[in-house]
Amino acid sequence: MGIETKAGDMGVVTTSLETVVNWGRTNAMWPLLFGLACCAIEMMGAQGSNYDLSRFGMEINRASPRQADLIIVAGRVSRKMAPVIRRLYDQMSNPKWVIAMGDCASCGGVFNNYAIVQGVDEVIPVDVYVAGCPPRPEALIDGIMQLHSKVERMKLDGTLRERAPIHV
Amino acid sequence: MDNATVIERLQTEFGDKIGPVGSMRSGEATINVPREQIVAVAQFLRDDSALAYNFLENLCGVDYLGRQPRFEVVYHLLSHANRHRICLKVAISEKDIHVPTLTGLWQTANYQERETYDMFGIIFDGHPALERILMPDDWSGFPQRKDVPLGYEEVAFSNTEAQISARKPYAEE
Amino acid sequence: MTTIDHRLSVPSPHSITNPALAGKTNTMVLNMGPHHPSTHGVLRLVVELDGETVVNVAPDVGFLHTGIEKNMEFKTYQQAVVMTDRTDYLAPLSNNLSYVLAVEKLLDVEIPERPTVARVLLVELQRLSSHLVWLSSHALDLAAMSVFLYGFREREQILDIFEMVSGARLMTSYFRVGGLAYDLPSDFLPTVKALLDIMPSRIDEYESLLTNNIIWQERTMGVGAIDSAAAIQYGLTGPGLRATGVAWDLRKDMPYCGYETYDFNVPVAKNGDIYDRYLVRMAEMRESVSIARQAWQRLKDMEPGVFQTSNRKVAPPPKTEITHSMESLIHHFKLWTEGFKPPRGDAMAAIESPRGELATYIVSDGGPKPYRVHLRTPSFINLQSLPHMAKGQLMADLVALIASLDPVLGEVDR
Repeated sequence: MGIETKAGDMGVVTTSLETVVNWGRTNAMWPLLFGLACCAIEMMGAQGSNYDLSRFGMEINRASPRQADLIIVAGRVSRKMAPVIRRLYDQMSNPKWVIAMGDCASCGGVFNNYAIVQGVDEVIPVDVYVAGCPPRPEALIDGIMQLHSKVERMKLDGTLRERAPIHV
Repeated sequence: MDNATVIERLQTEFGDKIGPVGSMRSGEATINVPREQIVAVAQFLRDDSALAYNFLENLCGVDYLGRQPRFEVVYHLLSHANRHRICLKVAISEKDIHVPTLTGLWQTANYQERETYDMFGIIFDGHPALERILMPDDWSGFPQRKDVPLGYEEVAFSNTEAQISARKPYAEE
Repeated sequence: MTTIDHRLSVPSPHSITNPALAGKTNTMVLNMGPHHPSTHGVLRLVVELDGETVVNVAPDVGFLHTGIEKNMEFKTYQQAVVMTDRTDYLAPLSNNLSYVLAVEKLLDVEIPERPTVARVLLVELQRLSSHLVWLSSHALDLAAMSVFLYGFREREQILDIFEMVSGARLMTSYFRVGGLAYDLPSDFLPTVKALLDIMPSRIDEYESLLTNNIIWQERTMGVGAIDSAAAIQYGLTGPGLRATGVAWDLRKDMPYCGYETYDFNVPVAKNGDIYDRYLVRMAEMRESVSIARQAWQRLKDMEPGVFQTSNRKVAPPPKTEITHSMESLIHHFKLWTEGFKPPRGDAMAAIESPRGELATYIVSDGGPKPYRVHLRTPSFINLQSLPHMAKGQLMADLVALIASLDPVLGEVDR
């Protein structure tokens, strides 16, 4: 719908390569099927029909990390699970993004003890933190929108602009 | 079936081989059993046709630091036919931290004894595969003992955030 | 020292690979998990296969171990309720109930009738919501994806009720020691009635999709059967035990919270295979609707207002009272700074959670924090029956078996 208004009579759109690449990346970002604990249930709820995630192109969760762009760490990360997460993250191909969903993935949450890694950012670098215990599906969707706006600021070499480019 | 009947049957059968009797605040009778007798007592309670405690409901350890003997293994047996629950307790000291296994009587004791070993270090003699079950295999120490600290991270406030963040092991790409 | 038998009844992941037999057998040991689409969480299975047939399977758990039991020793009794939500995260209210009943037995405090009936109503709604997630994920594992979308549609309505009552959809922590956390809101009863009116027809809809479906029957009938003697040996409880023919339900046999005054049946099946477990759980959903309806009727006939015990040493006074009553102020102060101190001793409370028998064993040393809390969680113990059920089945049946056992890994690992 937006394209035809810009295409004019000749069917030609002028834009920058970065905009097109980022548009493609945000509209079909495939998450890795990765739910650990309670936040995974809210993530499943977000994929249900009430808070539909497939409108963001995310209805298929890829089971294989090689095919996934996004890992949503949903739940608490225990010390036994931390090397597994690192291995999964290393297997994902670039560009890849990480959302730390929930308090336990962001900072250890309610569990400040020997068994839980205090924030998954001790194991893998995180792009967006979503707070909540568990965050509502709408909060997760807000986190995904924040990630989209971050991706739209990405330049082709992978660095970030300060603010989103202006579209004319 | 009530507590008095069970205790009487046990005392008739075992006499002074079992220890003192108490009760839980939720009403179940508690029988302290020395560890040499636990398999015999449990088998008697299971195989007796009137008592019929056919279900091992719970098996856990408790660390009473500062008391001698220090550790205690608590068993809860449930009788489906009589709808009655009974509690057995075995006290063991830290120096000789062995208890005979109940996996010969109930297979369900397998995981629960592994968990008690993992968390407290209590060794169950005769267990087919006594390994760590909840902690990683190379973990050293027994986390739920009272002399092991909780292992928490200092909570960051705005005035301490910078120094805590500098020490925290953030991950690289 | 005893030697390890290669064919154990409940093998551990290390004992399943016997180096003495290396190169001598035709079996292959395969690793499934902990990251796997169908293991219902972070469960790792070490599977020994002969072609496609499972010879032995050893679950490796502990990837979600959170140290909840030890962490609860560092919180007061009332604060520790929050920790219990996160063990079985599909039925948080059941966990709350088990813990709260155990503390109330320690304290020997009476709960008035209205909060007890409200507890029953909410726990049955929680059972419905948990069985809906079981049904959705079980069907999704066997590639019936529409049931997933349908189940979550009803679940959203139930979660809306929980949010109305406590403020949180999932981790409600609504049951406190002494009663409920807050009073029931005014539009609670009409909303619950609206849900209970449509629920039976929705359950019919799910049954119409699956029960007589030939593909479902082929995949679940006769698969993973277990007999009642083996089930009791392995400590299997809940719908798994009732599917083998043993009519043991704690709500009927050792009632709590006044369940003996409600009129309901306990569904039982004969064969103990996956299809029977499915039938038992579907029938349980209908029974839950019936119990919830009876509880609703009682709540409607009761005077509103009472939601916790009047024992001020356990449950806090209403905030309006502390401005003019010195005693209330002191009670409020003591409860918030120190917390109540149960007498020395231990107590156990067992309830029938959607997965089986959930019991909490608490030891108190007279202080404001529990000395030892042990959660006897059904999923941890039910998992021991998996190797027995899986022997001789095909690899693809293993997925259906795990789904039918309905493990929640937060409960397994605590």
